[in-house]
Amino acid sequence: MRAIFHIGRYTKFLRSVLRRPDKWSMFRKLLVQEMSIIGIDSIGIVVLLASFMGAVMCLQTAHQVGGWIPVYTIGFTVRQTTILEFSPTLIPIILAGKVGSNIASQLGTMRVTEQIDALEIMGVNSAGHLVLPKIIAGFICIPILVIISMFLGIAAGALIAFLTGVSSMTDYQYGVQVDFKTYDVIYALIKTSVFALIMTSVSSYHGYYTEGGALDVARSSTKAVVYSAVIIMISNLVLTQILL
Amino acid sequence: MIELYNISKSFGKQEVLNRVNAKFHQGKVNFVMGRSGSGKSVMTKCTVGLLEPDSGHVLFDGRNFTAMSLNERTQIRKEIGMLFQGSALFDSMTVAENVMFPLKMFSQMSEADMLERVKYCLRRVELEESDNKLPSELSGGMQKRVGIARAISMNPKYLFCDEPNSGLDPQTAIVIDNLIVDITKEYNMTTVVISHDMNSVIEASDTIHFLHQGQVAWAGDNNEMMSASSDTLNDFVYASKLMQKMRS
Repeated sequence: MRAIFHIGRYTKFLRSVLRRPDKWSMFRKLLVQEMSIIGIDSIGIVVLLASFMGAVMCLQTAHQVGGWIPVYTIGFTVRQTTILEFSPTLIPIILAGKVGSNIASQLGTMRVTEQIDALEIMGVNSAGHLVLPKIIAGFICIPILVIISMFLGIAAGALIAFLTGVSSMTDYQYGVQVDFKTYDVIYALIKTSVFALIMTSVSSYHGYYTEGGALDVARSSTKAVVYSAVIIMISNLVLTQILL
Repeated sequence: MIELYNISKSFGKQEVLNRVNAKFHQGKVNFVMGRSGSGKSVMTKCTVGLLEPDSGHVLFDGRNFTAMSLNERTQIRKEIGMLFQGSALFDSMTVAENVMFPLKMFSQMSEADMLERVKYCLRRVELEESDNKLPSELSGGMQKRVGIARAISMNPKYLFCDEPNSGLDPQTAIVIDNLIVDITKEYNMTTVVISHDMNSVIEASDTIHFLHQGQVAWAGDNNEMMSASSDTLNDFVYASKLMQKMRS
């Protein structure tokens, strides 16, 4: 029953969010702010994660390679893992922790300090005003971050392969290029876009409907991260089955 | 005028409002008082549509707010100003941006006209010098005054003040009370003040509704209140030693 209640309220919430903005100039201003928070402020962690994951993947694959498995498999595996799974799934999950908790705690605080009520009293569609810019910003920025992480992961793999000597640059480069399918990138970006929508909207939903005080804001923030991650994982399975 | 007819509201099995009837007059400061948990805030939220009453209806100058669509309600809400208990200022905006926010959202004014209006509103609450400060840099009383400036920026017909004096020292509380009275008279607004502060009730009220256990237990004006025969009202009004001394 509780799950049905949340699904119903979430649907109703999305209907309010996806209405035409009250004032386009205000919407544009908020969108730029949110793109800065969701996109620019997340570049550091994405660069760090992608680089280390790419490097670790390279070393782990190199550990398996030998005998009849060719060395170019290292570059191939790093590319496939990065493009198909690591970048489009893990990066949004990490961002659910960083951005999702930020969104939920911001909206939760606005709720408990009656700032959302103040917007409603003024006649502003508070859900649309506060949440739509976050969703659009996530939709634009997260796929860009994922593309950056794909390049960085593969590049970090190349660097570590070169530095440790597990593979020559030629082998690694050949592995990265062999049997490349553009559809894999499209598949990754479709997944990322869906995950961006899930992450921003689920986190916003939990923050927007916070009731109580500081402890409840913290609880909403935790719920936002946990539910976003769980829904992303389930969607990942469903989308992979549908798209591949 | 704002009229409430048979407003009831329950949360689960807990009945908070039970067939509340009230009339709040234009150009007057209409107080709603009662003990904590008597349903004052719920009544206000039902009046302005932040909560949906289970039954009954609310009229704003004869317009049935409860029966309106969301779009129609939005039009009425543009005529409402509200001062919240915790001021509810947008903490990412400066004082001037807070006051300008409703103008930016809904008025067709030029930037210069908006700035002029913001200056006027801040001058009205004597905070012209604080326009570039953030809410976190202001005292509680100053935040309330910014809340009032924001509430009046759109020239509202109706002003709601939820516990305007909570957490303020007696002198600042009187400043806020006087400001509410002056603004009400100046703009001929229908003002509704939710309070359990007896000093404010005596200082600023034109009409009083006393809420007890979710019902209007008594209604009248300031003078009538002091000589009322209602036991529940007298228990509330004369709870403090100061009021008991006044009575004797």
